Amino acid sequence: MIVRVVLPAHLRTLARVDAEVKVDVEGPVTTRAVLDALEAAHPMLRGTIRDQVTQQRRAFLRFFACEQDLSHDSPDAPLPAAVAMGAEPFLVVGAMAGG
Amino acid sequence: MSRVRVLVGTRKGAFVLTSDGARERWDVGGPLFGGWEIYHLKGSPADPDRLYASQSSGWFGQVIQRSNDGGKTWEAVGNKFVYDGVTGTHQWYDGTPHPWEFARVWHLEPSLTERDTVYAGVEDAALFRSTDGGQSWHELPGLRGHGSASSWQPGAGGMCLHTIVQDPSRPGRIFIAISSAGVFRSDDAGTTWRPVNRGLRSEGIPDPQAEVGHCVHRIAMHRSRPGVLFMQKHWDVMRSDDGGESWQEVSGNLPTDFGFPIDVHAHEPDTVYVVPIKSDSEHYPPEGKLRVYRSRTGGHEWEALTKGLPQSHCYVNVLRDAMAVDALDPCGVYFGTTGGQVYASANAGDSWAPIVRDLPAVVSVEVQTLP
Repeated sequence: MIVRVVLPAHLRTLARVDAEVKVDVEGPVTTRAVLDALEAAHPMLRGTIRDQVTQQRRAFLRFFACEQDLSHDSPDAPLPAAVAMGAEPFLVVGAMAGG
Repeated sequence: MSRVRVLVGTRKGAFVLTSDGARERWDVGGPLFGGWEIYHLKGSPADPDRLYASQSSGWFGQVIQRSNDGGKTWEAVGNKFVYDGVTGTHQWYDGTPHPWEFARVWHLEPSLTERDTVYAGVEDAALFRSTDGGQSWHELPGLRGHGSASSWQPGAGGMCLHTIVQDPSRPGRIFIAISSAGVFRSDDAGTTWRPVNRGLRSEGIPDPQAEVGHCVHRIAMHRSRPGVLFMQKHWDVMRSDDGGESWQEVSGNLPTDFGFPIDVHAHEPDTVYVVPIKSDSEHYPPEGKLRVYRSRTGGHEWEALTKGLPQSHCYVNVLRDAMAVDALDPCGVYFGTTGGQVYASANAGDSWAPIVRDLPAVVSVEVQTLP
Protein backbone atom coordinates (compact mmCIF):
# COMPACT_ATOMS: atom_id res chain seq x y z
CA MET A 1 0.00 0.00 0.00
CA ILE A 2 1.23 3.48 -0.76
CA VAL A 3 0.84 5.70 2.30
CA ARG A 4 1.20 9.46 2.24
CA VAL A 5 3.22 10.96 5.12
CA VAL A 6 3.47 14.63 5.99
CA LEU A 7 6.55 15.60 8.01
CA PRO A 8 7.41 18.72 10.00
CA ALA A 9 9.51 21.24 8.11
CA HIS A 10 12.77 20.41 9.90
CA LEU A 11 12.46 16.72 9.10
CA ARG A 12 11.62 17.48 5.46
CA THR A 13 14.85 19.45 5.29
CA LEU A 14 16.80 16.68 6.98
CA ALA A 15 15.37 14.03 4.65
CA ARG A 16 15.68 16.34 1.63
CA VAL A 17 12.06 15.85 0.60
CA ASP A 18 9.28 18.22 -0.35
CA ALA A 19 5.70 18.29 0.83
CA GLU A 20 4.39 14.75 1.19
CA VAL A 21 6.45 11.58 1.26
CA LYS A 22 4.99 8.44 -0.21
CA VAL A 23 6.06 5.16 1.36
CA ASP A 24 5.30 1.63 0.33
CA VAL A 25 3.96 -0.34 3.28
CA GLU A 26 3.76 -4.10 3.12
CA GLY A 27 1.18 -5.86 5.24
CA PRO A 28 -1.14 -4.18 7.73
CA VAL A 29 -0.88 -0.39 7.69
CA THR A 30 0.00 0.58 11.24
CA THR A 31 1.97 3.44 12.74
CA ARG A 32 4.92 1.11 13.25
CA ALA A 33 4.78 -0.16 9.66
CA VAL A 34 4.54 3.36 8.25
CA LEU A 35 7.50 4.59 10.32
CA ASP A 36 9.52 1.47 9.49
CA ALA A 37 8.97 2.13 5.79
CA LEU A 38 9.70 5.83 6.19
CA GLU A 39 12.98 5.16 8.00
CA ALA A 40 14.01 2.50 5.50
CA ALA A 41 13.54 4.97 2.67
CA HIS A 42 15.10 7.87 4.59
CA PRO A 43 17.60 6.50 7.13
CA MET A 44 18.53 9.96 8.35
CA LEU A 45 15.11 10.10 10.05
CA ARG A 46 15.99 7.23 12.39
CA GLY A 47 15.84 8.47 15.95
CA THR A 48 14.16 11.75 15.09
CA ILE A 49 10.55 10.57 15.35
CA ARG A 50 10.90 7.67 17.78
CA ASP A 51 13.69 6.57 20.06
CA GLN A 52 16.11 4.21 18.33
CA VAL A 53 16.16 1.74 21.21
CA THR A 54 12.73 1.91 22.84
CA GLN A 55 10.86 2.84 19.65
CA GLN A 56 8.81 5.24 21.78
CA ARG A 57 7.44 8.34 20.06
CA ARG A 58 9.53 11.40 20.88
CA ALA A 59 7.73 13.45 23.48
CA PHE A 60 7.21 16.61 21.43
CA LEU A 61 5.80 14.86 18.37
CA ARG A 62 2.25 13.75 17.63
CA PHE A 63 0.67 11.49 15.01
CA PHE A 64 -2.56 12.76 13.43
CA ALA A 65 -4.75 11.40 10.64
CA CYS A 66 -8.32 11.92 9.53
CA GLU A 67 -8.69 14.67 12.15
CA GLN A 68 -7.84 12.22 14.94
CA ASP A 69 -4.92 12.22 17.38
CA LEU A 70 -3.48 8.73 17.08
CA SER A 71 -0.43 9.45 19.24
CA HIS A 72 -1.52 7.34 22.14
CA ASP A 73 -2.84 4.41 20.12
CA SER A 74 -0.84 1.24 19.95
CA PRO A 75 1.82 1.45 17.22
CA ASP A 76 0.44 -1.85 16.00
CA ALA A 77 -3.18 -0.69 15.72
CA PRO A 78 -4.49 -0.42 12.15
CA LEU A 79 -4.50 3.13 10.83
CA PRO A 80 -7.75 4.50 9.35
CA ALA A 81 -8.69 2.95 6.02
CA ALA A 82 -8.40 6.34 4.31
CA VAL A 83 -4.72 6.45 5.31
CA ALA A 84 -4.12 2.88 4.18
CA MET A 85 -5.72 3.63 0.81
CA GLY A 86 -3.74 6.84 0.36
CA ALA A 87 -6.82 9.07 0.44
CA GLU A 88 -5.65 10.85 3.59
CA PRO A 89 -2.09 11.51 4.80
CA PHE A 90 -0.48 10.36 8.03
CA LEU A 91 0.75 13.49 9.75
CA VAL A 92 3.85 13.69 11.96
CA VAL A 93 3.37 16.93 13.85
CA GLY A 94 5.86 18.82 15.99
CA ALA A 95 4.43 20.36 19.14
CA MET A 96 3.98 24.10 18.80
CA ALA A 97 6.20 25.84 21.30
CA GLY A 98 8.39 28.87 21.61
CA GLY A 99 5.91 31.56 22.62
CA MET B 1 48.80 32.22 1.38
CA SER B 2 47.19 30.42 4.29
CA ARG B 3 43.48 30.68 5.01
CA VAL B 4 41.39 30.21 8.09
CA ARG B 5 37.98 28.64 8.45
CA VAL B 6 36.05 29.42 11.63
CA LEU B 7 33.32 26.91 12.49
CA VAL B 8 30.60 28.42 14.65
CA GLY B 9 27.87 26.45 16.40
CA THR B 10 24.85 28.41 17.62
CA ARG B 11 21.47 27.82 19.20
CA LYS B 12 19.86 28.08 15.77
CA GLY B 13 22.30 26.69 13.24
CA ALA B 14 25.93 26.59 12.15
CA PHE B 15 27.98 29.23 10.37
CA VAL B 16 31.27 28.95 8.51
CA LEU B 17 33.41 32.09 8.45
CA THR B 18 36.36 32.19 6.09
CA SER B 19 39.21 34.60 5.46
CA ASP B 20 42.68 34.72 4.03
CA GLY B 21 45.71 34.85 6.27
CA ALA B 22 45.32 38.57 6.88
CA ARG B 23 42.07 37.83 8.71
CA GLU B 24 40.63 41.24 7.92
CA ARG B 25 37.86 40.49 5.43
CA TRP B 26 35.47 37.62 6.07
CA ASP B 27 32.94 35.63 4.12
CA VAL B 28 30.04 34.44 6.25
CA GLY B 29 28.37 31.20 5.23
CA GLY B 30 25.18 29.85 6.77
CA PRO B 31 23.02 29.23 8.54
CA LEU B 32 23.50 25.53 8.05
CA PHE B 33 20.94 23.30 9.75
CA GLY B 34 18.87 26.39 10.48
CA GLY B 35 16.67 26.19 13.55
CA TRP B 36 18.64 23.32 15.14
CA GLU B 37 21.02 23.63 18.07
CA ILE B 38 24.58 23.06 16.91
CA TYR B 39 26.53 22.31 20.05
CA HIS B 40 29.79 21.72 18.23
CA LEU B 41 31.41 21.23 14.87
CA LYS B 42 35.04 20.44 14.25
CA GLY B 43 37.38 19.42 11.45
CA SER B 44 39.68 16.43 11.33
CA PRO B 45 43.37 17.27 11.79
CA ALA B 46 44.09 14.37 9.45
CA ASP B 47 41.87 15.74 6.68
CA PRO B 48 40.74 19.34 7.10
CA ASP B 49 37.91 18.89 4.62
CA ARG B 50 36.36 16.25 6.84
CA LEU B 51 34.06 18.04 9.29
CA TYR B 52 31.74 16.66 11.93
CA ALA B 53 28.77 18.50 13.45
CA SER B 54 26.46 17.78 16.36
CA GLN B 55 22.93 18.86 15.47
CA SER B 56 20.18 18.49 18.04
CA SER B 57 16.68 19.57 18.87
CA GLY B 58 14.25 19.18 21.73
CA TRP B 59 11.71 17.90 19.22
CA PHE B 60 13.78 15.60 17.03
CA GLY B 61 16.74 14.53 19.16
CA GLN B 62 20.30 14.05 17.98
CA VAL B 63 21.66 14.07 14.44
CA ILE B 64 25.33 13.85 13.45
CA GLN B 65 26.33 15.55 10.20
CA ARG B 66 29.50 14.96 8.24
CA SER B 67 31.11 16.93 5.43
CA ASN B 68 33.85 15.73 3.08
CA ASP B 69 34.37 19.05 1.34
CA GLY B 70 35.05 21.56 4.07
CA GLY B 71 31.41 22.29 4.80
CA LYS B 72 30.02 22.85 1.32
CA THR B 73 27.86 19.73 1.48
CA TRP B 74 26.80 17.57 4.39
CA GLU B 75 25.30 14.17 5.01
CA ALA B 76 23.57 12.83 8.09
CA VAL B 77 25.45 9.85 9.50
CA GLY B 78 24.85 7.63 12.52
CA ASN B 79 22.97 8.97 15.51
CA LYS B 80 22.47 5.84 17.57
CA PHE B 81 24.15 6.41 20.94
CA VAL B 82 23.42 3.46 23.18
CA TYR B 83 25.13 3.04 26.52
CA ASP B 84 27.11 -0.17 26.80
CA GLY B 85 25.82 -2.85 29.13
CA VAL B 86 23.88 -2.12 32.30
CA THR B 87 22.91 1.55 32.21
CA GLY B 88 23.25 2.18 35.94
CA THR B 89 22.50 5.36 37.82
CA HIS B 90 24.17 8.61 38.73
CA GLN B 91 23.02 11.16 41.29
CA TRP B 92 20.23 13.52 40.34
CA TYR B 93 20.17 17.15 41.48
CA ASP B 94 18.38 16.14 44.68
CA GLY B 95 20.89 13.39 45.43
CA THR B 96 18.64 10.50 44.43
CA PRO B 97 19.79 7.81 41.96
CA HIS B 98 18.88 8.63 38.37
CA PRO B 99 19.32 6.32 35.39
CA TRP B 100 21.71 7.40 32.66
CA GLU B 101 19.74 8.93 29.77
CA PHE B 102 21.24 10.09 26.49
CA ALA B 103 20.35 13.71 25.77
CA ARG B 104 22.79 15.09 23.20
CA VAL B 105 26.36 15.25 21.94
CA TRP B 106 28.15 18.23 23.44
CA HIS B 107 31.54 17.82 21.82
CA LEU B 108 33.04 16.03 18.83
CA GLU B 109 36.79 15.47 18.87
CA PRO B 110 38.26 14.00 15.68
CA SER B 111 41.32 11.80 16.01
CA LEU B 112 44.65 13.52 15.49
CA THR B 113 45.68 10.93 12.89
CA GLU B 114 42.67 9.03 11.50
CA ARG B 115 40.03 10.96 9.59
CA ASP B 116 37.32 8.36 10.18
CA THR B 117 37.91 8.17 13.92
CA VAL B 118 36.07 10.67 16.07
CA TYR B 119 35.14 10.85 19.75
CA ALA B 120 31.83 12.17 21.06
CA GLY B 121 31.31 13.53 24.56
CA VAL B 122 27.68 13.23 25.50
CA GLU B 123 25.07 14.10 28.11
CA ASP B 124 24.44 12.10 30.32
CA ALA B 125 28.19 11.89 30.61
CA ALA B 126 29.87 9.20 28.56
CA LEU B 127 32.48 8.91 25.84
CA PHE B 128 31.66 7.34 22.49
CA ARG B 129 33.93 6.61 19.54
CA SER B 130 33.30 6.04 15.89
CA THR B 131 35.92 4.51 13.60
CA ASP B 132 33.82 4.68 10.43
CA GLY B 133 33.38 8.38 10.00
CA GLY B 134 30.41 8.69 12.32
CA GLN B 135 28.28 5.95 10.81
CA SER B 136 28.30 3.90 14.01
CA TRP B 137 29.10 4.79 17.60
CA HIS B 138 30.31 2.65 20.47
CA GLU B 139 30.70 3.67 24.07
CA LEU B 140 34.08 3.40 25.77
CA PRO B 141 32.45 1.95 28.87
CA GLY B 142 35.46 2.01 31.16
CA LEU B 143 34.83 5.67 31.94
CA ARG B 144 31.23 5.29 33.05
CA GLY B 145 32.23 2.03 34.68
CA HIS B 146 34.61 3.84 37.01
CA GLY B 147 33.69 3.17 40.62
CA SER B 148 32.81 6.77 41.26
CA ALA B 149 30.22 7.06 38.48
CA SER B 150 27.20 6.47 40.67
CA SER B 151 28.18 9.58 42.64
CA TRP B 152 28.50 11.92 39.64
CA GLN B 153 25.99 14.76 39.58
CA PRO B 154 24.87 17.11 36.82
CA GLY B 155 25.81 20.75 36.73
CA ALA B 156 23.24 23.39 35.85
CA GLY B 157 23.66 22.59 32.16
CA GLY B 158 23.23 18.87 32.59
CA MET B 159 25.71 16.09 33.27
CA CYS B 160 27.81 16.56 30.19
CA LEU B 161 31.15 15.29 28.97
CA HIS B 162 32.25 18.48 27.28
CA THR B 163 36.02 18.32 26.84
CA ILE B 164 38.19 15.72 25.10
CA VAL B 165 41.94 16.33 24.82
CA GLN B 166 44.29 13.90 23.06
CA ASP B 167 47.98 13.83 23.88
CA PRO B 168 49.82 14.12 20.55
CA SER B 169 53.07 12.76 21.94
CA ARG B 170 51.63 9.75 23.67
CA PRO B 171 49.11 7.74 21.65
CA GLY B 172 46.47 6.32 23.92
CA ARG B 173 46.52 9.14 26.45
CA ILE B 174 43.21 11.00 26.53
CA PHE B 175 41.87 13.52 29.01
CA ILE B 176 38.16 14.19 29.38
CA ALA B 177 36.23 16.54 31.64
CA ILE B 178 32.73 16.19 32.99
CA SER B 179 30.51 18.70 34.74
CA SER B 180 30.34 17.96 37.58
CA ALA B 181 32.68 15.05 38.07
CA GLY B 182 36.02 16.51 37.05
CA VAL B 183 38.91 15.39 34.88
CA PHE B 184 39.65 11.76 34.04
CA ARG B 185 42.65 10.38 32.20
CA SER B 186 43.12 7.23 30.19
CA ASP B 187 46.55 5.94 29.18
CA ASP B 188 45.23 2.98 27.18
CA ALA B 189 43.13 4.64 24.48
CA GLY B 190 40.01 4.87 26.59
CA THR B 191 39.81 1.38 28.03
CA THR B 192 40.46 2.34 31.66
CA TRP B 193 40.22 5.71 33.38
CA ARG B 194 41.15 7.34 36.62
CA PRO B 195 40.25 10.73 38.07
CA VAL B 196 43.05 13.31 38.04
CA ASN B 197 41.73 16.08 40.24
CA ARG B 198 44.27 16.33 43.07
CA GLY B 199 44.74 19.94 44.02
CA LEU B 200 41.29 21.09 42.97
CA ARG B 201 39.27 22.73 45.69
CA SER B 202 35.53 23.32 45.29
CA GLU B 203 33.58 24.85 48.13
CA GLY B 204 30.25 23.71 46.71
CA ILE B 205 30.75 20.01 47.47
CA PRO B 206 30.80 18.29 50.87
CA ASP B 207 34.52 17.51 50.70
CA PRO B 208 36.11 20.46 48.88
CA GLN B 209 39.12 18.33 47.91
CA ALA B 210 37.23 15.20 46.90
CA GLU B 211 38.67 12.91 44.26
CA VAL B 212 35.64 13.51 42.02
CA GLY B 213 32.73 15.93 41.99
CA HIS B 214 34.42 19.10 40.71
CA CYS B 215 32.75 21.28 38.13
CA VAL B 216 35.56 21.56 35.59
CA HIS B 217 34.53 23.85 32.76
CA ARG B 218 37.38 23.37 30.32
CA ILE B 219 40.94 22.10 30.00
CA ALA B 220 43.52 23.04 27.37
CA MET B 221 46.93 21.76 26.30
CA HIS B 222 49.68 23.03 24.03
CA ARG B 223 50.65 20.25 21.67
CA SER B 224 54.39 20.90 22.09
CA ARG B 225 54.17 20.43 25.83
CA PRO B 226 51.41 17.93 26.54
CA GLY B 227 52.38 17.36 30.16
CA VAL B 228 51.15 20.85 31.02
CA LEU B 229 47.42 21.40 31.25
CA PHE B 230 45.43 24.51 31.99
CA MET B 231 41.96 24.44 33.46
CA GLN B 232 39.10 26.86 33.89
CA LYS B 233 37.17 25.39 36.78
CA HIS B 234 33.76 26.70 37.85
CA TRP B 235 35.77 28.96 40.12
CA ASP B 236 39.58 28.99 39.84
CA VAL B 237 42.02 28.85 36.96
CA MET B 238 44.37 25.92 37.47
CA ARG B 239 47.54 24.44 36.00
CA SER B 240 49.05 20.99 36.04
CA ASP B 241 52.70 20.32 35.18
CA ASP B 242 52.48 16.55 35.47
CA GLY B 243 49.75 15.42 33.13
CA GLY B 244 46.96 16.07 35.60
CA GLU B 245 48.51 14.24 38.57
CA SER B 246 48.34 17.47 40.56
CA TRP B 247 46.95 20.94 40.03
CA GLN B 248 47.90 24.37 41.34
CA GLU B 249 45.80 27.50 41.24
CA VAL B 250 47.11 30.20 38.86
CA SER B 251 44.22 32.68 39.04
CA GLY B 252 46.63 35.37 40.25
CA ASN B 253 45.37 38.90 39.58
CA LEU B 254 42.27 38.00 37.55
CA PRO B 255 39.28 40.21 38.47
CA THR B 256 37.26 37.02 38.97
CA ASP B 257 38.35 33.45 38.44
CA PHE B 258 34.93 32.21 37.33
CA GLY B 259 34.55 31.57 33.63
CA PHE B 260 34.12 28.94 30.98
CA PRO B 261 36.70 28.76 28.15
CA ILE B 262 40.47 28.57 28.37
CA ASP B 263 42.90 28.23 25.50
CA VAL B 264 46.63 28.32 24.76
CA HIS B 265 48.49 30.38 22.15
CA ALA B 266 49.46 28.31 19.10
CA HIS B 267 53.19 29.04 19.37
CA GLU B 268 53.77 30.12 22.98
CA PRO B 269 52.90 27.33 25.41
CA ASP B 270 52.93 29.68 28.38
CA THR B 271 50.53 32.18 26.83
CA VAL B 272 47.01 31.42 28.02
CA TYR B 273 43.63 33.10 27.48
CA VAL B 274 40.52 33.20 29.68
CA VAL B 275 37.36 35.31 29.78
CA PRO B 276 36.52 36.17 33.39
CA ILE B 277 32.81 36.16 34.20
CA LYS B 278 31.45 37.90 37.26
CA SER B 279 30.00 34.87 39.06
CA ASP B 280 28.10 31.64 38.69
CA SER B 281 24.85 33.44 39.40
CA GLU B 282 25.62 36.39 37.10
CA HIS B 283 26.81 34.96 33.84
CA TYR B 284 28.21 38.19 32.39
CA PRO B 285 31.51 40.05 32.51
CA PRO B 286 32.40 42.14 35.57
CA GLU B 287 31.53 45.83 35.26
CA GLY B 288 29.83 45.22 31.91
CA LYS B 289 33.30 45.15 30.27
CA LEU B 290 34.09 42.30 27.93
CA ARG B 291 37.74 41.52 28.57
CA VAL B 292 39.89 38.62 27.52
CA TYR B 293 42.74 38.09 29.96
CA ARG B 294 46.10 36.85 28.75
CA SER B 295 48.91 35.42 30.78
CA ARG B 296 52.33 35.19 29.17
CA THR B 297 53.73 33.40 32.20
CA GLY B 298 51.59 30.29 32.28
CA GLY B 299 49.27 31.82 34.85
CA HIS B 300 49.45 33.98 37.98
CA GLU B 301 50.07 37.23 36.06
CA TRP B 302 47.26 38.31 33.75
CA GLU B 303 46.69 41.35 31.55
CA ALA B 304 43.34 42.61 30.31
CA LEU B 305 42.88 42.69 26.53
CA THR B 306 40.24 45.27 25.71
CA LYS B 307 41.06 46.98 22.42
CA GLY B 308 38.07 46.55 20.13
CA LEU B 309 35.91 44.84 22.74
CA PRO B 310 32.88 46.57 24.32
CA GLN B 311 33.89 48.26 27.57
CA SER B 312 30.45 49.32 28.75
CA HIS B 313 27.00 47.78 29.04
CA CYS B 314 28.15 44.37 27.87
CA TYR B 315 26.35 41.46 29.53
CA VAL B 316 27.04 38.49 27.32
CA ASN B 317 28.63 35.20 28.29
CA VAL B 318 31.30 33.16 26.53
CA LEU B 319 30.60 29.43 26.77
CA ARG B 320 33.18 26.72 27.36
CA ASP B 321 33.58 25.56 23.76
CA ALA B 322 33.41 29.05 22.26
CA MET B 323 37.10 30.00 22.08
CA ALA B 324 39.80 28.80 19.69
CA VAL B 325 43.16 29.78 18.22
CA ASP B 326 44.53 29.45 14.70
CA ALA B 327 48.05 28.34 13.83
CA LEU B 328 49.15 31.42 11.86
CA ASP B 329 51.87 33.81 12.95
CA PRO B 330 50.86 36.01 14.67
CA CYS B 331 48.45 33.65 16.35
CA GLY B 332 44.76 34.39 15.80
CA VAL B 333 42.37 34.13 18.73
CA TYR B 334 38.60 33.81 18.33
CA PHE B 335 35.61 33.67 20.63
CA GLY B 336 31.85 33.80 20.37
CA THR B 337 29.29 35.19 22.78
CA THR B 338 25.78 34.39 23.86
CA GLY B 339 24.88 37.72 22.26
CA GLY B 340 25.79 36.37 18.84
CA GLN B 341 29.08 38.16 18.27
CA VAL B 342 32.17 36.34 17.03
CA TYR B 343 35.30 38.34 17.78
CA ALA B 344 38.66 37.75 16.15
CA SER B 345 42.14 38.95 16.95
CA ALA B 346 44.86 38.54 14.32
CA ASN B 347 47.58 39.62 16.75
CA ALA B 348 47.37 37.21 19.68
CA GLY B 349 44.76 39.28 21.47
CA ASP B 350 46.28 42.75 21.31
CA SER B 351 43.25 44.03 19.39
CA TRP B 352 39.89 42.60 18.41
CA ALA B 353 37.18 43.11 15.82
CA PRO B 354 33.85 41.39 15.35
CA ILE B 355 33.57 39.09 12.35
CA VAL B 356 29.80 39.02 12.85
CA ARG B 357 27.63 40.74 15.43
CA ASP B 358 24.16 39.28 15.27
CA LEU B 359 24.22 35.51 15.09
CA PRO B 360 22.08 33.39 17.40
CA ALA B 361 23.70 32.68 20.75
CA VAL B 362 27.11 31.13 20.07
CA VAL B 363 27.75 27.75 21.67
CA SER B 364 31.04 26.75 20.06
CA VAL B 365 33.89 28.16 17.98
CA GLU B 366 36.59 26.12 16.27
CA VAL B 367 39.24 27.29 13.83
CA GLN B 368 41.00 25.49 11.02
CA THR B 369 44.22 26.83 9.52
CA LEU B 370 44.32 25.84 5.88
CA PRO B 371 47.14 25.92 3.32
